[in-house]
Amino acid sequence: MSSNITLSWWLAIVPEISLTVLLFIVLLYHRFVKPEDKRQIGIFTAWGAFVTLLITLGLWLFFAEPGVEPMLVWGGMIRHDLVTLVFRVMFLVALMVTALISVEVEHLQSSEYYGLLVSATIGFSLMAAGADLIMIYLALETASISSYILAGFYTQNARSSEAGMKYFVYGAFATGIMLYGMSLIYGLTTQTNLVAVASVLAGQTNALTSTAAPLVTAVTLDGGAGISTSVNAVLLLAAAMMAVGFGYKISAVPFHFWTPDVYDGSPTPFTGFLSTASKAAGFAIFIRVFSAGVLGNPSSSIWWGMLVAICIVTMALGNFVAIFQTNIKRLLAYSSIAQAGYAMIGLVTFSQSGSGATMFYLLMYIFTNIAAFGVIILVSNVTGSEELDDFSGLSRRSPYLALAMMLAILSLGGIPPTAGFLGKFFLFKAAVDAGLWWLALIGIVLAFVALYYYLSIIKYMYLYRSDDEDKAIPISRAAQVGLAFSVFFIILLGVYAGPAIDWTNQAAAAFFAG
Amino acid sequence: MAEQITFIIGSILALGAGFIVVTNRNLFHGALALMISFLGVAAIYLSLDAGFLAAAQLLIYIGAISILIIFAIMLTRRMMQTTEDPFNSQFLLALAASVTVFAILFSAIVYVWPLTASNSVPLAAKTAVADAVLQDTVVNLGSAFVGADGYVIPFELASILLLAAMVGAIIVAWPKPEDVA
Repeated sequence: MSSNITLSWWLAIVPEISLTVLLFIVLLYHRFVKPEDKRQIGIFTAWGAFVTLLITLGLWLFFAEPGVEPMLVWGGMIRHDLVTLVFRVMFLVALMVTALISVEVEHLQSSEYYGLLVSATIGFSLMAAGADLIMIYLALETASISSYILAGFYTQNARSSEAGMKYFVYGAFATGIMLYGMSLIYGLTTQTNLVAVASVLAGQTNALTSTAAPLVTAVTLDGGAGISTSVNAVLLLAAAMMAVGFGYKISAVPFHFWTPDVYDGSPTPFTGFLSTASKAAGFAIFIRVFSAGVLGNPSSSIWWGMLVAICIVTMALGNFVAIFQTNIKRLLAYSSIAQAGYAMIGLVTFSQSGSGATMFYLLMYIFTNIAAFGVIILVSNVTGSEELDDFSGLSRRSPYLALAMMLAILSLGGIPPTAGFLGKFFLFKAAVDAGLWWLALIGIVLAFVALYYYLSIIKYMYLYRSDDEDKAIPISRAAQVGLAFSVFFIILLGVYAGPAIDWTNQAAAAFFAG
Repeated sequence: MAEQITFIIGSILALGAGFIVVTNRNLFHGALALMISFLGVAAIYLSLDAGFLAAAQLLIYIGAISILIIFAIMLTRRMMQTTEDPFNSQFLLALAASVTVFAILFSAIVYVWPLTASNSVPLAAKTAVADAVLQDTVVNLGSAFVGADGYVIPFELASILLLAAMVGAIIVAWPKPEDVA
């Protein structure tokens, strides 16, 4: 109906349109192909994600879409900026690699599984792009509902059903509390758009750009006299409530209780997807809502202390509990809790370099963790379980798999020349630059604790012997491509991270551009 | 006057049926009474010029939620026949809690923010909403849903959400090979 829709508006949602088309094709895939080609659906999904990735990157490289200047489009629902681009690239890479390694799992070769992976990716992508509380909530629900079903996808398996149910019940409660927080924000400001919320809270009138005419004009609080004490108290409550929903998504302590059971029970390829893409999406909305003055000036408010406390406890608990795990999926679940704590360091600095470091960390974490879960799938396909003992003698059974796992583990532990080292380095550097040297110090000490359990996996693979050493582990071509792709980027981001960190830092500027 | 009659009829329906819901011995009859109670609330929405809310109340609460409750009762074994005493040992505690909530709400409406002409808070809130908006609630909602400057992207995303939920429902409910055999 509106005539003022420009080409940029359409270009801002091209990846989502492309993924939606992919979703429909995947859901109808089995209707259109010959019975002998039905197994190709995972590879088809990966190609679809790859093409979407190429389109997204192509638009950026050749047409400067999104440009450096952030743009609010579609009535302020979507913020078309580099942050969106960075996160979209993460999700599309995660979808592509997850689809490739899913080919290894017999029971997952159905259009429903791949369709839900794609619909979850659409949700993640719009979570990162959303600049409006309504948009963020709906995108989060799209991603969550797809994830609940994927976690419980083995309906015959009690552990998988338990994982799906636990994830659902925890998720419903966390999202409900987050909605209370959002409604408080709306009650205070009469706005749902993050930019409008920020400007109302700053005591200004509506500052939405002319491209997005608001439906309701803003009112100023206290006649424009700024934020009163009672408003601040409500704001704190709203921030705490929203932190529950976001903290649940990134599995930060104390909202982490679902993590080990869900990671353990879910289909392993989905665990890899959940631990990376879902976490990155949680961080995307975390940064969007809490950075850039949406909830007032961070350094002067109490909720900043709350976030720092969550960050420290998350790092500590994740690392210490992981030491005692004997199941590799549970071990990586606690490791992923700890990794969320590290990534929060960049968030709580509330600086451009901090947000950039967090995005770089999440980017490298996607390659790292999906590679690790890919190896777990291949090994457990042969051994039938996911205990640490299964990895005994892996270096003799399958040297390449052991090498891929070792690089992934070294990257998780933050040892050069892998990407994890630079990821942690940029985070700690951002913390020191922001004057939070003590936070960086805690992070470094806990990273040494983490080395204990990370290196013990390598010890199993390279030092221990097993009776099955002569039995090779079969690897399909799709999984080979997925693992090689991930390992290539683990190394590349570890030795030549310049362009990537410049890119994420440039993107982070969009948060603080107002 | 007509407004008052609508309000009284709506209140009687909502409160009377609500009373039956909590005192009835048969769970199934209770669910039916709940539908009538929802209908009364819809009538009150109508008298408040909230036509869209009334329609939504009819469609969602009576059309979907009540039907879901009735399905749940009918599919649960032995639920149709049970005629349990609705008053259990926590009856007094529940009564005290609901009386307290009633007292708080009542005092808030009557004493703290009384609905009189001298106190302008609720009246000002009503005039703040333009009369045109009140007249065309449904039209405005509709164009906000599909307008490019409105909520078209969340609206379309909701359809993907529902699609994912439907796929999930089929996965969970589809009979497994073992079940069929």
